Amino acid sequence: MVEWTDFERATIKDIFSKIEYDVVGPATLARCLVVYPWTQRYFGKFGNLYNAAGIAENAMVSKHGITILHGLDRAVKNMDDIKNTYAELSVLHSEKLHVDPDNFKLLADCLTIVVAARFGNGFTGEVQAAFQKFMAVVVSSLGKQYH
Amino acid sequence: MSLSDKDKAAVVALWGKIGKSADVIGNDALSRMIVVYPETKTYFSHWPDLAPGSPHIKAHGKKVMGGIALAVTKIDDLKAGLFDLSEQHAYKLRVDPSNFKILNHCILVVISIMFPKEFTPEAHVSLDKFLSGVALALAERYR
Repeated sequence: MVEWTDFERATIKDIFSKIEYDVVGPATLARCLVVYPWTQRYFGKFGNLYNAAGIAENAMVSKHGITILHGLDRAVKNMDDIKNTYAELSVLHSEKLHVDPDNFKLLADCLTIVVAARFGNGFTGEVQAAFQKFMAVVVSSLGKQYH
Repeated sequence: MSLSDKDKAAVVALWGKIGKSADVIGNDALSRMIVVYPETKTYFSHWPDLAPGSPHIKAHGKKVMGGIALAVTKIDDLKAGLFDLSEQHAYKLRVDPSNFKILNHCILVVISIMFPKEFTPEAHVSLDKFLSGVALALAERYR
């Protein structure tokens, strides 16, 4: 079981209570599709992903970015059992969506960078450590049901 | 994933905007790395003070970013341009190359914080490719 300090719990709740989901979600997914273009393989039906501008303006990307970010809400609410909270989602990503679990880390890194820009100097080393620990648990849990 | 002309131009352009803050970036990136990835402290056991922004960290951050600045000028041939630095890392410092990725990530986070407008997704991908190239060139002489 993952042990969380009071600081880590407070930091995660604080971050997710402050971010604008309809800005951070689209920005994160769009950045991932640009910085790691092979991740576009999962979005063949999304239309124009030809360049950064197209990706940034793509309504399906924006909508899906918001969906993904809200997917993290359950982990925020259940920090003491993220593994079981995400068991079903893990099966979905493995059996139905066929997403290479290495990609979860790429998206997590993009989210870290977008959140860092949003919080500026408030995103201290300690805050970054807590956020990355949280995302590492999320990433690990999403990959747990793959076989 | 070698650097295209577009990547090189993007890196040079971005460096033009952020280069004068290199010392601050280096200090923050290194301070942050030690906090976020405590295993990296093993390379600095000879420093009495590992608190963020300590004189040792400040000086070392400056040194590291000096290396990045050099790499920008040698962007057309990182392997040749960073040969001496690679030898130093291989035979003297012996930093495990997995740590280059870690520090690169911290550098990207700091740039995202300090230059959110300039650090667009396009600038990000080119800089990420560049820093990966630097890491590769630094590891060149390891074995």
